[in-house]
Amino acid sequence: MIDTVIIPLIKILIVLNATLVAVTYMVLLERKVIAWAQSRLGPMRVGPYGVLQPIADAIKLMIKEDITPVRADKWVFTAAPIIAMVPALIVYAVIPFGPTVNIFGHPVPLYIADINVGLLYIVSVASVGVYGIILAGWSSNSKYPLLASLRASAQLISYEVAVTLTLVSVILMAGTLSMVGIVNAQYNQHVWYAFAQPVAFVIVLVGGLAETNRAPFDLPEAEQELTGGFHTEYSGMRFALFFLAEYANMIVVSSVVTTLFFGGWLPPFPNAAWARFLYFVPSWIWFFLKSFVFLYIFIWIRATLPRYRYDQLMRLGWKVLIPLAIANLVVTGIVKVLML
Amino acid sequence: MLLSAALFMIGVFGVMVRRNIIIIFMSIELILNAVNINLIAFSAQLQDAIGQVFAIFVIAVAAAEAAVGLGIILAFYRNKETVNIDEMNLMRW
Amino acid sequence: MAQAIAFYTLAALILGFAIMVVTTRNTVHSVLFLVMNFLFVAALYVLLGAQFLAVIQILVYAGGIVVLYLFVVMLVNLKRPPEAHQDPHRMTRLGFGMAAAVLLELVVIAAYGATAPSARPPVAVTAAIPVSGNTEQVGWLLYTNYLIPFEIASMLLLVAMIGAIVLAKREL
Repeated sequence: MIDTVIIPLIKILIVLNATLVAVTYMVLLERKVIAWAQSRLGPMRVGPYGVLQPIADAIKLMIKEDITPVRADKWVFTAAPIIAMVPALIVYAVIPFGPTVNIFGHPVPLYIADINVGLLYIVSVASVGVYGIILAGWSSNSKYPLLASLRASAQLISYEVAVTLTLVSVILMAGTLSMVGIVNAQYNQHVWYAFAQPVAFVIVLVGGLAETNRAPFDLPEAEQELTGGFHTEYSGMRFALFFLAEYANMIVVSSVVTTLFFGGWLPPFPNAAWARFLYFVPSWIWFFLKSFVFLYIFIWIRATLPRYRYDQLMRLGWKVLIPLAIANLVVTGIVKVLML
Repeated sequence: MLLSAALFMIGVFGVMVRRNIIIIFMSIELILNAVNINLIAFSAQLQDAIGQVFAIFVIAVAAAEAAVGLGIILAFYRNKETVNIDEMNLMRW
Repeated sequence: MAQAIAFYTLAALILGFAIMVVTTRNTVHSVLFLVMNFLFVAALYVLLGAQFLAVIQILVYAGGIVVLYLFVVMLVNLKRPPEAHQDPHRMTRLGFGMAAAVLLELVVIAAYGATAPSARPPVAVTAAIPVSGNTEQVGWLLYTNYLIPFEIASMLLLVAMIGAIVLAKREL
């Protein structure tokens, strides 16, 4: 009873709360990092060094007036932000934060569930996440959001193909679809997959940027281009949900990249005998450190690179990334067959 | 199995009654799903994975059919500006 | 017991959403109900032990095909219910008629199966597969016994892709 119901419930609560808090502070982190990259200081007034800024933002968004356009489809309009947010949150069910540890003498696996099709689950949930954007644009019943949402969803589904093909080559190397299995395979094969499959790593990173509508692929939400993109008509709490969903997606992509390519919860040099002292740091701290590095890279890229035009974006996805992903898959397959 | 039969009947009803051709296509997808449920139920009962393999093929064929069918609908819509199946009578005498 | 409750709940939801799909006036709502339907069918697959197929169902059907439908619906931009009032009852009667015919056929088959002499106990058709785990089993079958249908299916998808692009292009 305890093992099957209570402990997963506690884990779900912890993960959900931690995610929501992390997402709100991501906003602050991004503003700060971009500000420092531009030789200014970012939010400094609210709280010491601007630490309470997300709370001020949250309060502002919550007390804003909730406008629904007159001829918009009420149900879909309300449901779209929820549909955008839910997939970003439920992916956490399969991401492993660490192996089975002993808490108060009770073995507790540091992941909510280890389903044997874990990676495929993540990909399918990402493909459902497209709906939030499409429905948001459609239900706003106005031209700009509709066009922007169509463009955004076309971008999303194009890069989804490239990322899925690349993930297949990772699966080939690990031999299993379960996330825990992939981390264990990296431990057993003595190599983090980022070094064994650099092309795959780069493709997933670029694809992840495009999937979450982050710069330099953030045309769907660029204010200068499409008057706010698919969330033009949203205000108040619903806009906040979209905003948070995007950051949650970003954290999810960093976590997935960490698990697949950088050894999840393993410390660097996991098998080397001389690096045994690194195991003193708890496994989940390694996981968060690595995810944080990727989050920082995402924000760094946003601060640095200019925006892609839409046709350049689609050209990159279809003409460059997909052939690269297929070639990577073929090469991985050949190498696997030759070595076994 | 009853569930699959019921779903199949709902799909057939949808195909016959509705006039919007997109909804007709979606009812066809419902029919295919009903068939899949049946296949998987049998595969679970007989402990034989062959049902699931067949179901994968059914999904692949449904995807192909949906793509081509929607292409046809789009081409037709560009010519005649309607999705009402009663007005799609270009091949009638 | 819990499995039975889960099954009946899922079945009721699936059928409920399916009825909403074929009866709603608004096309976009119809598509959304179809998505919910597929999601619950995927849950049913998990209940039946076919996890790989459940995830494939969400990935391909709910995440791909229905998005395609949604695109077409939005591009065709149906604002008003397109059901013109040209004798709707004729079609409805025909629809009920066909559904009733299917039901009758199924009843006949079930009755025949019940009254026929006891059939052989169901025996697995495929030989024992040397790998365990749902995905591995399906993969094994796909790549050994059913390799040719697999290749043909991929050619079919390629042809469908090219066909869809050709059909939907504005100029050739």
